[in-house]
Amino acid sequence: MEPVLSALKYFFYRLLTLAITLVGLVTLIFILIRSIPGDPARVLAGMMASEEDVNLIREQLGLNQPIYIQYFIYLKNLFTFNLGVSFRTDSPVINEIMARLPNTLLLAVTSTCLAVILGVPLGVIAASRKGGKLDLLLSTFSIAGISLPIYWLGLILILIFSVEFRLLPAGGSGTPLHLILPTVTIALYLMAFIVKITKASVIDSMEKNYVITAKSKGLSERTILYRHVLKNALIPVVTIVGLQFGALLGGAVITETIFAWPGLGRLIVDSINSRDYPMVQGSIFIFALLYALVNLATDILYTLIDPRVRLK
Amino acid sequence: MSEQYVRLIKSKRVQICLFIILSFIFMALFADLISPYDPLETDLSKSCKPPSIEHLLGTDELGRDILSRIIYGSRLTLTISFLATALGAVTGIFFGVVSGYFGGAVDTIIQRITEILLALPGFLLAIMFVAIMGSSLWTVIISVSISIIPSFIRMVRGLTLQVRELEYVLAAKQLGVNNVKIMFKHIIPNVSPTIIAQITLNLGTSILFASGLGFLGIGVPPPAPEWGTMLGTGRAYIFYAPHLIISPGLSIFLLVLSFNIIGDRLGEIIASK
Repeated sequence: MEPVLSALKYFFYRLLTLAITLVGLVTLIFILIRSIPGDPARVLAGMMASEEDVNLIREQLGLNQPIYIQYFIYLKNLFTFNLGVSFRTDSPVINEIMARLPNTLLLAVTSTCLAVILGVPLGVIAASRKGGKLDLLLSTFSIAGISLPIYWLGLILILIFSVEFRLLPAGGSGTPLHLILPTVTIALYLMAFIVKITKASVIDSMEKNYVITAKSKGLSERTILYRHVLKNALIPVVTIVGLQFGALLGGAVITETIFAWPGLGRLIVDSINSRDYPMVQGSIFIFALLYALVNLATDILYTLIDPRVRLK
Repeated sequence: MSEQYVRLIKSKRVQICLFIILSFIFMALFADLISPYDPLETDLSKSCKPPSIEHLLGTDELGRDILSRIIYGSRLTLTISFLATALGAVTGIFFGVVSGYFGGAVDTIIQRITEILLALPGFLLAIMFVAIMGSSLWTVIISVSISIIPSFIRMVRGLTLQVRELEYVLAAKQLGVNNVKIMFKHIIPNVSPTIIAQITLNLGTSILFASGLGFLGIGVPPPAPEWGTMLGTGRAYIFYAPHLIISPGLSIFLLVLSFNIIGDRLGEIIASK
């Protein structure tokens, strides 16, 4: 009963700090968004609109209210997931986000899976051939992958597979074929990262006492690696994959723009360009919420895999 | 400490990377002398011409010489990279060491703010700030530097906690050396190799962020020859003038790769000590 209780306590503690951080972030966003130069009412009304029209729109959007009232309304609404109405399309922000969110998540999941499936074994191979030619090759690949600008990688992939060989669509969505290029673009970066972390972690574990004991018992390196080391070495990898989810979301903004993928990332860029405050606020809020929840889930998963981790 | 840097310089890979970085710095410094054309001069009759003897890297959609734009672009990229990293690192180191050294309420406040900034992935944070301040060279520099501040605060705070209780720091305290002097004369120099490795890696990251903003059309605005902005505009011509996107992307990649390899190697040397 005791460990379950402390796990629950930890869980609620984390939820509470998460809530505080999120309130801080949305406050920051609120202040920042309000300081964006440009009047959304005027943008919406268009160049030719009269002063009365602009005022009317300002009233409809609640922009004529004092700023602190706007803030409290905004906070109250966030807690009820009422993210307001888009300035641009007049439909509820939450609906637009929910329509786009599955696309972003789909891309995140496919690319993470691809990166893990390829990256973990390659990292283990690099570690087991430490200092060898294969290790050098994989390390070079890994650091090159991290240094590649994903916006360039995406364009090069389009150039090869869509322009040159005409095998895959250059953009859009709808069929599994559309998924391939954006998935590979994101996965390559993530995979490079996973190879590096897995290698470091496996090498680190190979120097632990229990490995030395196993070696002195006469077990072969291979047996030790697959029977004993891997299980321990993969724990930090789980954390890193979880933490990299943030980079994935940041990368989504670019990848979705390159491949005209109808996700949340592109929605943010489009909304910023058209000064659609509620949409920007809403999508960044959802992004941060997702990011925080994934980090929390990573933490919990981490404690489940590794019984040595103490909760506080 | 200097022995670590000697080991760093001896590595062949590091030498190649240093050569690449110095070449770009050379290009940036002497752009006026070595650039074959004016990077902003348009000539629509020569738009989107593939590489030739006259124009080694071809011309862009407005007939501007791409090689000249790459050369002048290195100025922008290196300026952004060095300034944003310097600004972010100095701010981050300051708050990190203060947070770790004093602890208590100061620490709690700084840490809560750091957490708020970390609640968004770095690149999104940069996008948000550029959106607010409008795009210009300076807003890009400031946005990128803000996005790297939290990781510096975290790291330096952790390092400070490790050395705070060491004898020489305690001794200095006993002797009545003032706190500011202890932080900046005794703690920071002691942890500087780790900080320098992090700074080197961030030189690369800030290039990726700044050019990423340019690619999305919210970075250094055209007609400035910023490499990311060049990629963003070149993208529209990918079907019939692919050379528009090759050289800017390759330049970004080479420079970032060089910074990353050096930072990585330095990290390894510090860890193996």
